[in-house]
Amino acid sequence: MTKDILTIGGLELTSRLFTGTGKYRDDSLIPGVCEASGSQVITVALRRVDLESGTGNVMDFIPRHMRLLPNTSGARTADEAVRIARLARAMGCGDWIKIEVISDNRYLLPDGYETAKATEILANEGFVVLPYINPDLYVARSLVDAGAAAVMPLGAPIGTNRGIRTREMVRILIEEIDLPIVVDAGIGRPSEACEAMEMGADACLVNTAIATADDPAMMARAFGRAVRAGREAFLSGPGARAGMAVASSPLTGFLDAGTAA
Amino acid sequence: MIVVVNGKETELRDGQTLLELLEARDIPADGVVAELNRSIVPGADFGKTVLNDGDHLEVLRFVGGG
Amino acid sequence: MSFYATCTEWMNAGLDERLAAMTETDVRRALGASNPGPLDLLAMLSPAATPHLETMARKASGLTLRHFGRTIHLFTPLYLSNFCTNHCVYCGFNSNNRIPRSQLTMEQVEAEARAIAATGLKNLLILTGDCRAKAGPDYLRDCVAVLRRHFPSVCIEIYAMEEAEYAALAAEGVDGMTMFQETYDEKLYPSLHPRGPKSDFRFRLDAPERACRAGMRVVNIGALLGLSDWRHDAFLTGLHAAWLMERHPEADIATSLPRMRPHVGAYQPATVVSDRDLVQVLLALRIFRPRLGITISTREAPAFRENLLPLGVTRMSAGVSTAVGGHAKSDGDGESVGQFEISDGRSVDEMCAVLRKHGYQPVFKDWEPIFADRGAA
Repeated sequence: MTKDILTIGGLELTSRLFTGTGKYRDDSLIPGVCEASGSQVITVALRRVDLESGTGNVMDFIPRHMRLLPNTSGARTADEAVRIARLARAMGCGDWIKIEVISDNRYLLPDGYETAKATEILANEGFVVLPYINPDLYVARSLVDAGAAAVMPLGAPIGTNRGIRTREMVRILIEEIDLPIVVDAGIGRPSEACEAMEMGADACLVNTAIATADDPAMMARAFGRAVRAGREAFLSGPGARAGMAVASSPLTGFLDAGTAA
Repeated sequence: MIVVVNGKETELRDGQTLLELLEARDIPADGVVAELNRSIVPGADFGKTVLNDGDHLEVLRFVGGG
Repeated sequence: MSFYATCTEWMNAGLDERLAAMTETDVRRALGASNPGPLDLLAMLSPAATPHLETMARKASGLTLRHFGRTIHLFTPLYLSNFCTNHCVYCGFNSNNRIPRSQLTMEQVEAEARAIAATGLKNLLILTGDCRAKAGPDYLRDCVAVLRRHFPSVCIEIYAMEEAEYAALAAEGVDGMTMFQETYDEKLYPSLHPRGPKSDFRFRLDAPERACRAGMRVVNIGALLGLSDWRHDAFLTGLHAAWLMERHPEADIATSLPRMRPHVGAYQPATVVSDRDLVQVLLALRIFRPRLGITISTREAPAFRENLLPLGVTRMSAGVSTAVGGHAKSDGDGESVGQFEISDGRSVDEMCAVLRKHGYQPVFKDWEPIFADRGAA
């Protein structure tokens, strides 16, 4: 069997589960999660250093082989996202960036217009840009034009763990957009990640559901398997849901009657 | 002199470099990124970047995030 | 961009072998696919799918109902001119055929327009032969100016044009174009179109794309089934439609499914496309692209057209004459020769009654531009 590779920004990935580093009760759980999930991409955020009291460094817990995907959380405008992205690149951990522009803190929904503006600027600067968006076809198209490397539609609002509530809209992106579709946010259970992959999503990003499990490593393993199972189901073709047997032919019976050519 | 560090006015010794500021607080220089007056300071330049009165300095690092 | 690369790639991909290798499992998979791909379309067009037409019909019928409801769009063709410099061996207007040639004057266009408009039709498809010296872009623009006073929607089925020429017609109020590739078999094409402008396979193949870029709202493509292997041409028609849909989501992409009919001239169909074959093509295309408009012309017999109604047809012609000036002339005036013979000569009123009897609403007009200078921008 040929290898099923996901290529983003020139990087070949064999795992289609992206993970995050937020919301862990203890960052020391992260290496176990990375190993159990098989994930090769992990998100981080950029924040001010607390100059008064030293705290642990999350970087100490991220295995070396992981591709770092810094996000621009905290950005409320395209300009702020661009600024954060440039700082993140200056950290010297690669040029991947997850654009996240949110100015509505009640629902934490991303601003598509500002996201597209930031994407265009950063793609032109050579970033590998993965924008986080509402699954909106027009926004997604503008991101394609802006040079995004992948599109990350939300399954449900951030942190809600409600599953793929945007199913029909995500399906349209999968059908219409020629970039990897990474379902981000909202996935609460492995079965939901599996569903996204069965639909034809190229990858899933799961943070909260793993980080807040009683046993994050075990949950990470479950997600890794679910993503793989969904992917294999997608690749194998869905098969027919209805049987082929049809007793009578109300719609095509005329072809058998009389003098059909 | 007064330098605004991460949004907070901070009293610093005249002529202090960015590297000296970090070392005085036990912050490993290779784990942070700095922005001085909206310009990114390359890590290699921390030692020769002298801070001036009225500067705005941001020192950032990666933290957990999704 | 051009569809040409995709076209040649698939035509050289061993279609016969692939069609023969398709199994019932492949057909099942195609019918279960949420977004069918090229191989799914091929499976549905393969001999393996033929025993499962009823299953395909159920799926196609449900999709058609969901996307188009119980409506059928009606239009009629108006032949403006039958002067032609082409030598298409299967066509009644072939330059070599010794038939009376004529072209409508503006007064005659006006008379035809009045006669057709009196039937209630709002969507007109105007046709010419391929003769720029007689029916050039300027002549067409003049005709459109006359016709737009009577019809909110005027579409063209004429020779392949440059993008700027399409844009000029769009600015004049033409909102749709039809272009039959006739066959996607580039090797066979020259023998069917030996001389004349139409012998340029590639220029014709890219015409629908140029029309989309020029702002045509409806772009209708198709092959004349029977000229070459109908499975190949139906497959490439579907791929061409999907290719256009992908690049021009602002346009309505549609297809017509004509098959060879007897006509004046020596050439007769190379392969016979049976009723069953035509149904298979219709169903496969409907399932492949549920939003694709599909036209069944009056080449087909009345009863057969009616049987196709639930299977995926969305547009039909009515009150058809394929002769120049055939609408206003009295029936006894037998001098004109049509481009092809029609099987369904029913009037617009008769067609409307038939559609209603089958539970369908005849639709004369499904859109009209609000801004008169649409397309001129």
